[in-house]
Amino acid sequence: MLEQLNKLPRLPTLAAFRSLSPLARREMQHGMLFISIWIFGFFAFTFVPMVATLFFSFLNLKITDGILSTPDYAGIENYMRLVKDPLVWSTGATPGSFWVTVRFGLLALPVGIIVPLILALLMNSPHLKGQMLFRTLFYMPYIVPFVAAIYLWGGMLNPETGWINRTLMYFGMAKESVPLWANDESWVYPAYVLMGIWGVGNAMLIMLAGLQGVPTELYDAAKSDGANGWQTFWNVSFPMISPVIFYNVVLSIVGLFQYFQVPLVVNQGTGRPGGHTFFYNLYLYKTFFTYQDMSYGSTQAWFLFLIVLLVTLVLFSTAKYWVHYSGEAR
Amino acid sequence: MNRRTIRNLKLGLNATYITGLSLALLIFYLAPFGFMVFTSLKTSGQISALGSPIWPAKSASFDYNGASTEIYKVPVANCAGFDANDTAIKNLAAVKKGRQQTTFVDPANLEAGEFICKVSWRALDRPWVWAAAWENYTEVWKAINFPRLMWNTTYYAIMTEIGVLFSCTLVAFGFSRFRFPGRDFLFTILISTIFLPGFVTLIPTYTFFQKIGWVGTWLPLIVPSFFANAYDVFLLRQYFMTLPRELDEAAMMDGAGPLRILWSVIIPQAYPALVAITVFHIVFAWNDYFGPLIYLSTNRQAWPISVALPIFNGIYGSQPQLIQAGALMAIVLPLCLFFVAQRFFIHGIVVTGVEK
Repeated sequence: MLEQLNKLPRLPTLAAFRSLSPLARREMQHGMLFISIWIFGFFAFTFVPMVATLFFSFLNLKITDGILSTPDYAGIENYMRLVKDPLVWSTGATPGSFWVTVRFGLLALPVGIIVPLILALLMNSPHLKGQMLFRTLFYMPYIVPFVAAIYLWGGMLNPETGWINRTLMYFGMAKESVPLWANDESWVYPAYVLMGIWGVGNAMLIMLAGLQGVPTELYDAAKSDGANGWQTFWNVSFPMISPVIFYNVVLSIVGLFQYFQVPLVVNQGTGRPGGHTFFYNLYLYKTFFTYQDMSYGSTQAWFLFLIVLLVTLVLFSTAKYWVHYSGEAR
Repeated sequence: MNRRTIRNLKLGLNATYITGLSLALLIFYLAPFGFMVFTSLKTSGQISALGSPIWPAKSASFDYNGASTEIYKVPVANCAGFDANDTAIKNLAAVKKGRQQTTFVDPANLEAGEFICKVSWRALDRPWVWAAAWENYTEVWKAINFPRLMWNTTYYAIMTEIGVLFSCTLVAFGFSRFRFPGRDFLFTILISTIFLPGFVTLIPTYTFFQKIGWVGTWLPLIVPSFFANAYDVFLLRQYFMTLPRELDEAAMMDGAGPLRILWSVIIPQAYPALVAITVFHIVFAWNDYFGPLIYLSTNRQAWPISVALPIFNGIYGSQPQLIQAGALMAIVLPLCLFFVAQRFFIHGIVVTGVEK
């Protein structure tokens, strides 16, 4: 899916349209007619709202008691506020929501790539009996609606009655030293990561399909060269599935920058404990829905968009160094 | 042993290791399901009792001469008729309770009759026996008005499903069967919308829907689904591209128009992809929390299960057995659907993830 984006097709020239034969013109009319459904939706629900958000960010628009204030031009005031906002950037001991997001991402991203990769390698092992059953069961939790999964894991991670702490205590951990998970500043991210681990099924399946697509000749060649297991993985499997890993890295990073539904439900969006779950998007959500500040919310949204765009572009520019596309693009 | 036997033995060992490791991981991975089932069947008495077992249980009792008596764990050394050095602990039914001494009967040995032990029954523990509190489910069923939530969620899933199938099929057909300048450029834009953070379009969209009075109705959730989305279009387009063009061309020779070709040539061949996006979408709708939260939270009659569950949790937070029963009821339907349609599911994921 991503290779499509790697080589951005050029915009067609006017000459290309002029030189169309009547038959080709008819084909174009038909094709455009079918696509127009999406084009209309794209303008109505994506393009125009995006431009409107940008426009709002340069105004001063608030809703007070359900009445929209008369807009006045604010220049870059909102952006200046964002740059200095202590709720976005850390000051002293209080973590800013941007850094909360980044810090959580630094923990969640590697887990979200390595765990499904390990599972996929296990599922791909010729020694595994009942591969289909394992694959289905490891995938299954992905289907569980996320709100239900949160309550399930919330129960599992309950400091007193949850099975995780019961297991820790069973293996001799003192009752006073077991983690408090969602109520503890240093354990809340691992708790969220555990809740998220149920979503790895998708990435696992994609990576597994990638691994199964590796031609066996390559493995045979590595074997005859005397490569051990790790060397085979690093020099054969990994390059061959690097497009799939790249796809997952990009989607995970984009998703992590928008992470906020879990803290919204688990810690009721309060940012407890100690502001450590006050994610950037949670702040954005509150700016608009709680404080009804449309302009500042729009500013935050555009800033988020620019950050995501920048990170994605950087990722794509690194792709040529480590992502291996074999064969011709379709 | 010859070399072949050694080799087979080694392979067998590897299989045991790998399968055993996978099984251990799987047990850990799926343990929360066990937690959910067990907790949802506990009584509130057991939840608050310290040291109660992790499985659903109640304190043991025994029917003695038509009356229910409580069973205790009694060190028999204090009892009449037992050796004072006996360290055994027996499960005995208390017939007559007293502060200094209690009259017991052994349910396993009724012929021995009643006997007195010099223990205070208050100091004794009671054994637990398996007992499932199925009534938790009926309680949750009524408390959250489960049929209504199911209906709302299903309604949301079906209405948006119609939109997705209708629009994505047409758009994917347009992208896969017609050549014209700018097509690939448009397709790239379509794909790139996957990376667009939702909030960058939300504020004007929400404000607009509020202005025209749609907030509190299903419309802001249903109407956009009729204008195609990148994932499903991509999946369908990839599938359509694999279908041979000869049949299209034959139909065209017979004078069939594009719609006719789509309806009678493409769609009958593409049913695996159509089934895949159908089940994906149902799972998506069941899972969707944020959309219904912002557009429907003022209209309690329309809440789907994802919005109702956190509110139910807020009210019944002190009763984990009901929370877990509610969570279980919310996941039964998507899980059943998954097991019925898993073949299509898994294939669909592979197409979106692996194909370029």
